[in-house]
Amino acid sequence: MTGPLIEAAGLTKRFGSALAVGDVSFAVHAGEVVGLLGANGAGKTTTIRMLLGLLAPTSGQARLLGGSPSQDNRALLGYVPQNLGLYHDLTAAENAAFSAAAYDTRPASLTGALAEVGDRLVRALPLGLQRQLAFVCALQHAPRALVLDEPTSGVEPLARAHLWDTIREQADDGVGVLVTTHYMQEARQCDRLLLMSRGRIVGEGSESDIVGDTRVVAVRSGSWQQAFDVLHGADLPVTLAGTTVRVVDADHDEVARMLADSGVQATVEPVPASIDERMVVLARS
Amino acid sequence: MTYGTEHVSVRFGNVQALDQVTVSTDAGTVTAVVGGDGAGKSTLLRTVVGRIAPAGGRVLAPPEQQIGYQPSVGGTWADLTVAQNLEFVGGTYGLQGSRLARRSEELIERAGLTAARDRLARDLSGGMRTKLGFCLAMVHEPTLLVLDEPSTGVDPVSRVELWRLLSEVAAAGTAVLLSTTYLDEAERASRVVVLKDGRTLLSGSPDEVIASSPGVVVRTDTAIRQGFAWRHADGFREWWPQVPDGQQPVQVDLEDVAIIASLIQHRSIE
Repeated sequence: MTGPLIEAAGLTKRFGSALAVGDVSFAVHAGEVVGLLGANGAGKTTTIRMLLGLLAPTSGQARLLGGSPSQDNRALLGYVPQNLGLYHDLTAAENAAFSAAAYDTRPASLTGALAEVGDRLVRALPLGLQRQLAFVCALQHAPRALVLDEPTSGVEPLARAHLWDTIREQADDGVGVLVTTHYMQEARQCDRLLLMSRGRIVGEGSESDIVGDTRVVAVRSGSWQQAFDVLHGADLPVTLAGTTVRVVDADHDEVARMLADSGVQATVEPVPASIDERMVVLARS
Repeated sequence: MTYGTEHVSVRFGNVQALDQVTVSTDAGTVTAVVGGDGAGKSTLLRTVVGRIAPAGGRVLAPPEQQIGYQPSVGGTWADLTVAQNLEFVGGTYGLQGSRLARRSEELIERAGLTAARDRLARDLSGGMRTKLGFCLAMVHEPTLLVLDEPSTGVDPVSRVELWRLLSEVAAAGTAVLLSTTYLDEAERASRVVVLKDGRTLLSGSPDEVIASSPGVVVRTDTAIRQGFAWRHADGFREWWPQVPDGQQPVQVDLEDVAIIASLIQHRSIE
C-alpha cells in the first residue's frame, strides 16, 4: 500500500457547543515520524482517540491503513497510551503474553533489563522499565503504524535516547509513527511536526516553520532580577533562562526603552524563539 | 542563606538510596536536581525538608515553618476549592483573618487562577493543579521552597507559567530547590545536580557542567562507536576521547553531557 497509514481528513469533534477538534487534516506515511505538539486542551488526545476509532467524529474522517478504524485494521497498529495501558497485577511476562494473545501473535522474549524482571508484578517495576515493557507490548505483533502518547515522560536522558532508538528503527523499517510530546528535544527527533492550538492545526513542518515569525528578545543584565520585575510588571510574557530574561513576542525598542526608563542597565537583543515560546504566544492571543 | 545537603547518605533497609550527595541553593537562586525514575531525587528533597533522617552527612535547612514543600504527587486537597485549599493550608501555618485572605488572593491572581478560585481541585487541569500546589507551598512566604517534579506531565504553556512564578519568588529572595527529569529545564537554573542510582553524576552551574564534560562530541549520520553514540535531532551524536581526524566537534548541551556521563559510568562498571 502506498497511501498514508494514518490519516485525518477534516476531523471535527464538538462536545455540546465546545469545539474540541476543528477541521484537522494530516497524514502519516510509511517510514516517517510525525510529532503532534500542543498545550493541554489543544485537542491532541481527542484527535488520537478519533484516529483509533475510540471516539466518533462529529464530521470528517479518520482512516487507519486506508480504511475506517476497526478491529481489523487496529490489529495492524501499535499504541502506547500516556498511562502505558499495562496490567499492574500481572507480571511483566504475563503482560507481554496477554497482549500477544490479544493480537494473535507469539509473545516477544523479554531482553536486556526486562529479562531479569519478567516474573515481577508490573506495579513493582520502576517507571523506566514499565515504559520499555509498554513498547514491547505495542511492537510484538509487528504493527505497520505506531501511535505514542508522550512516550518518554519521566525517563532519564540515556533511557530516553534508547527509546528513541527503538522509535527510529521502527520508522527505518517502514512503520509510520505519530507521537505526541511536550518536550522540544523530542520534537527535534521527528521528521515533521504539527502544532495544535484550540482544536486546530496552526503550524506544520520543521521547527523553524512552527516557530514562524515569533519574536523573542533576550535581556542580559547584572541586575537581571530588577529587569525581570520591570518587564513582568509591564505585563509582558517574561521567562528566565539561567539569568537571561526572555520576553516573548515583544518589540526590541520598547523593551530597551522600558529598561532605560527604569534605570536598568542591560543588553537587549533579538534571539530565535523556541516552540514553547510559540505556544505561549498562541495561548495569549 | 545557603540551604541543602552536605555528603548526605540515606539507606532504606539494604538499599543505599543516597550516597554522599551534596546539593545547595542560595537565597534568590534556583537549583535543579535532575535524574530519571529511581535516581534519588525525591529522597534528596524529602531529606532536605526533614521528612527523611539521613544515615550520614548534614542537612542545612531553615526551621520547618520557613520551608515550603510541594510533593511530586498530591499536595492539593481534591475536595476543596482553590480558595479553600489556600485557606486551609494557610491556616495550618498560623495565617488567619485578613492577612490570610490578602495572601490567598495575591497568590491566586499571580498564578492566573482567578477564574478557577471556586473550582474543586479535582476538576483542575494538570497545569492548574501544579500552580495551585505551588501557591500552597508559598502561602506562608517560606525562605526555602522545595518542589518535587513540578513540571512533569505539565504542558509547555503551563511550564512557562510555572517558571515565571518560580523566577518571581527567586527574584524576591527565596531559595528554590526543585527536581525535574528534563535537562532543557535544568539549563534555566543557576545550579544543577544530576543524580543516578543515588549518586552525584554531575554538579555545578549549567555552564560549568557542560565545560567539565570530558572528550568531544561529533555529529554523524551513521554511528560507528557502539555504546558511545546516541540519537540527536536528525542524526547521531558520538562521543570520542579526542577529536577524530577530519571531524568537527559540536557544541554539547546538558542533555548530551548527562548521557556521556551515564555512558562512561556504564563502561567503568562493566
